[in-house]
Formats: sequence, structure tokens, C-alpha cells
Amino acid sequence: MNRREFLKRSIVVVAGMAVPTAALELIDPKKLLAAKPELRWVFLVDTHSCVGCGFCVKACKIENEVPYDANVTRTWVERYVITKDGKTHIDSPKGALNGFTSKKIDIGQGHTKEIKDEEIVQSFFVPKLCNQCENPPCVQVCPVGATYQTADGVVLVDRTWCIGCGYCIMGCPYGVRFFHPVYRVAEKCNFCYHRISKGMKTACVDACPFGARKVGNLRDPNDPVTKVIMTERVAILKEEYGTKPQVYYLGLSKEVR
Amino acid sequence: MVHGEAWTIKEFFTYPNEYIYWTIQIVMYPFMTGLVAGAFVLSSLYHVFGVKQLKDIARFSLVFSFALLPTAMMPLMLHLQQPQRGIEVMMTPHFTSAIAAFGIVFSTYGMIVAAELWFVYRQYFVQTVHELKAKPDRTAWESILIPLYSVLTMGAWDISEHALEKDEKAVKILAGIGIPVACFLHGYAGFIFGSVKANALWMTPLMPVIFICSAVVSGIALCIITYVVCMELRKLIFAWKRKQNPDLPSTEELKSVEVNVVTMTVKYLIMFLILAITLELLDLIFRGYTAVKSWDILRSVIYEKDFTKIFILQYGFGNLIPFILLLMPRLTIRRAVVGTLMVLLGVFMMRWNVVIGGQAFSSSFAGFMEYHLPIWPHDMETFKEGFFGALMVAVTPFVLFFCLSRILPVFGQKGGH
Repeated sequence: MNRREFLKRSIVVVAGMAVPTAALELIDPKKLLAAKPELRWVFLVDTHSCVGCGFCVKACKIENEVPYDANVTRTWVERYVITKDGKTHIDSPKGALNGFTSKKIDIGQGHTKEIKDEEIVQSFFVPKLCNQCENPPCVQVCPVGATYQTADGVVLVDRTWCIGCGYCIMGCPYGVRFFHPVYRVAEKCNFCYHRISKGMKTACVDACPFGARKVGNLRDPNDPVTKVIMTERVAILKEEYGTKPQVYYLGLSKEVR
Repeated sequence: MVHGEAWTIKEFFTYPNEYIYWTIQIVMYPFMTGLVAGAFVLSSLYHVFGVKQLKDIARFSLVFSFALLPTAMMPLMLHLQQPQRGIEVMMTPHFTSAIAAFGIVFSTYGMIVAAELWFVYRQYFVQTVHELKAKPDRTAWESILIPLYSVLTMGAWDISEHALEKDEKAVKILAGIGIPVACFLHGYAGFIFGSVKANALWMTPLMPVIFICSAVVSGIALCIITYVVCMELRKLIFAWKRKQNPDLPSTEELKSVEVNVVTMTVKYLIMFLILAITLELLDLIFRGYTAVKSWDILRSVIYEKDFTKIFILQYGFGNLIPFILLLMPRLTIRRAVVGTLMVLLGVFMMRWNVVIGGQAFSSSFAGFMEYHLPIWPHDMETFKEGFFGALMVAVTPFVLFFCLSRILPVFGQKGGH
């Protein structure tokens, strides 16, 4: 065999081998399974309706077995009080587990700050939960792939695989992640995945007496949540991080962090 | 108790789940890897660039770099919530994560250092085995050394001129590959922080470069100190031994060697120190000048909350004073030791200010968190991520170095490159 012949045959062999490899790519089972174009979970929060009762936080803790008194929570409610001098006062005592029972603003370490009623120009509540980002930084930074995004958009944590390095906690701009006090692995809101995948609503949605929280499917144009997101002026949190969060807010103010 | 609650003090508004999750061990991690990389770069200055004056410290810092290697991993293991799964970083790496590269970079680097050590010490192994075998009355330790060194030669008994030349060439190549790998080992530690977009203080492309420069600074500094301490000990031992055997080199001879090596090494230290400070200041100025959204909270952390730690301990005691001390003419050993100790403090504080400082403010930009280092442990967690856990990590390389130097003599007179 001369050199020309050798090269010719090599090209044929390589080309021939490339065909079955391309087939492998075409029928990638992961992609087939993931191709569920009809489902993308989203959340809608109507801040106008929230009164800061904290029922959602209670329901979430019980439903998802996060120790009730532990100072971590999958969802929480923030209170914003804006005074005449333009200052914003924010607090969320115990994540609003017991609601907001005092007018005083919690400033940490057991200290509170009293604000006179006549000083207040605006006040509102903002519920927070995992944004189930389209481009989740927590998934990107996990060194072992223990946290992953499902085909329907929810980010989950594999408790049997997480090594507990905390990189995902550091990577989340929204502060939704923490170490589970019992399992000692990363923990976060997953839109009550065990419930929504069975056709139920999340625990917090069911617990909210004012309809401030709604969960829906963005791919279904008739879903009431999708309709609101499509037709009304909604906002998302911390757009500048490029995470493409999928929790939409009605009535979000510039003060909200 | 929630992880992090024991040592975090919150002020004003922080998200309910925010705590100082990355603590003293994550300060130790870049500090220790920095020492590893720095020590290796120092030894490579001789092996690759042929800086002859560093011959004496080159072999020393290579062994030291090897002794430091396991302690780059220790703080990570102590920090993990599930340390038994730590191996998964190597077994099932998820390559979009900067940490996933750890297994590959770390083991590559470990193999390079081990291989280089082998080539450097091969001649010594062979010669020692021959000598000891010829010796009629061997001590128990010497009898252990014979099989140990025989295994370590891995069957390569050829110490002809030609074979040794090849060894030397291999060392040069390995050290050459080792430099970028050592820089990568540490640069990627910087990348771990620099790529966290959620953290306003960490996110800068300069982070890996700053980390590499300060790594080399700290590595050289530690090598100088350890070298001086070893030399002082040797002087004491020699002075004592000379009473029986007057043929041994005099203390004066040893001292002149010591001063030369230290003066030369300090020059390289200063070079990298200037580079590190320049980059750090550039970063600070740039942040202030561009003043993006996060600058308000960063400013209050840098100029108010952490002022003492950053400007007094890090830049003042850690950079400026040693800079003057080391640059003043007629450098003495004592001044060099004081200077390099302060440099080490400076680099440690830099790591502290990056790791802890980066968590000193809430990502809501509306509150602060303060880290209280647990001193006396009251449970496993406060031990692991407290003062004594860090101390354990800091002491380990010296213990390892002592053990290694029993087998690989760093001040050996014969053989080697």
C-alpha cells in the first residue's frame, strides 16, 4: 500500500465510523426524555396580595421537613418599609415563619428599630423562593453534578450525592440555598416537586389565604399563570446576573433586593 | 443548630439562609495550595532557569512542596459536610464546576512533583544502597533504608555519567511542565472565587492572577523561613558534633551559604510581591472608579468593617513594612526572617479578606455578616472549622517534611542536581 492509498482508505474508515457515531447523537436518550416541550414550571407572586401572615413559610417547613425552629427556610417573606427620608428598612424575622407580629424592624442580633407610623410612606411584603432559573448558577458550579435541572425546569438536589461543599450556596445570588440541618447536604425550594408532578399545587400555594402565590406551566397558553405573565407587566429578581429566573412578580418595587 | 449559625453574626437585613458558609478552612485552602505552588516555583527557578545561587534551596523547596501537597486537600476535606463523598469530585466530576478540575490538576501536579523528586534523588538512592551494603555494622535504621531505597530506585540502578545526564534533563523538563501546572493549580483556586458571579467582592478576572502572584510570594517566604530554621538547627548540631569531629565544615562556612541563599531568594520574593500588590490595588481602584451597584456595600466593608484587616494587617504589616525591611541594604538573616514572617501574615490576611470578606455582606446588599472564629471547640463542627482545625492543617506539612527529610535528605552533600 502506498501513501496515497493509505490516506484514501483512512478517510473512508473515518467517514464510515462517523456515521454510526452520528446516529448515537441523533437518538441520545437523554435528549429524548428531556424533550417535554409541553411543560415548564413557573411561579407567580402577587406582592399586592401578600399580607405577611407567614402561612406559606409554615406550610413549606412542615411539608418539606425542614426543622421547624431552625433558622433556615426554603421560602420566606420580606417586609419593606420605606420612610420619608428615602431610606428602605427591610426585615424577615425567622423568615416570617410566625408572620410579622411587631411593627418594629428586626435589625439582627435581637435588636429592633422602631419606625413611627407618620414616617412611613410605603410598606409592602415580598415572598421569596427558589427562582428555578433557566440558567442556574448553582447547577453550573456543583462539582459532582448532585444538583441538576429537570426537563420541566425545576432544579433539584440529590441528597445521596451532594458532598456538602457549599459552592452552590455561594453561587446563588438569591440566597435560597442552605445546608439541611439533618441531612447535612444542600437544600432548597423545589416547587414541591413531589406534589406538582402529581397534579397538586405546592404547599405554599395551597396555604396562602390571599392567592398571592401561584404555580403554573409556562408552555400552556391557557394556564392562568401564563396568561398573567404574558399579558401583564411582571418583573423578575436580579436580572443582571443573567440567571433568567422563572419566578415572576407582580408589583415589584425598585427597593426589592 | 444550622451550619454556620455558630460563628455568624448578622447585622441589618440578610437573607434568612445566609451564613458564613466558607470559613477558616477555605482560608487555609488557598493559603496552603499557594505555599505548594510557591515552593515549587522557587525550586524550578534553579532547575529550569539555572539560577545557580538557588541550588541549595531548590532541592529543599522541592521536598517541602511535596510535603505541603496533602495539606492542600486537608482543609477541603475538613470543610465538606459529607467528607466521605469527597472522592466523588475525582470519580464523577461535573466539568462546568471549577472545583471539578481539582482532582485532575491536583493529581497531575502531585505526579509531576513525585517524578521530579525521583529523578533528583535516584542517584542518592543508588549510592546509598551500595554504601550501606558495603558497611559491615549497620544500625537498625540503616537496615530498613536498604530495602526502602532499593524499592524507590524502581530498578533503575544505572548511575553512569550518561544516565545521570538523562536524569538531569528529565528534571529540567518536569520542572518546566511543573511551573504552568503549579500556576494552574493555584490559578484555578483563584478561579473558584473569581467566577462566582453572585459574589460582588470575588467576581473579577484578576482573581486567578492575584492568587498566583501571592501564592509565589507566600511559598518563597515559607521556604526562606523553614530554610533558615533548618540551617540554624544544623549549625547547633554541627557545633556540638565538631567537638568530636573537627573535620566538619565550620559554622562560619554554613552561615555564608545561608546569607547568600536568603538574599538571592528575597529578591525573587520582592519581585512577585510588587506584582501581587500592583494587581490588588488595580482591582481596588477599578472597583471604586467604576462604582457599580455593589460598590456601596463593598466600600463599607473595605473601608469600614474590614479596615483593620485589609489596610493595617494585610497592606501595612503584611506588605509595606516587610517591603521596607527586605529592601533596606545589608540584609541580615534576622531581618529577612522577620520580613518573610510578616509577608506570610500578609498573604494569609489577603486570603482571609477575600474568603471571609466576600461573605461579610449580604447578597441583598442591605446587611452585614461577621465571622467569629471558634477557638475552643464544643463539637466536631467547631473543631473542624475552628482555630484548632486550622492549626492542625498548618502543622501537618512540617511534620510531613520532617518525616520526608529522614528519607530524602535535603541538605545532602553528594549527588543530585
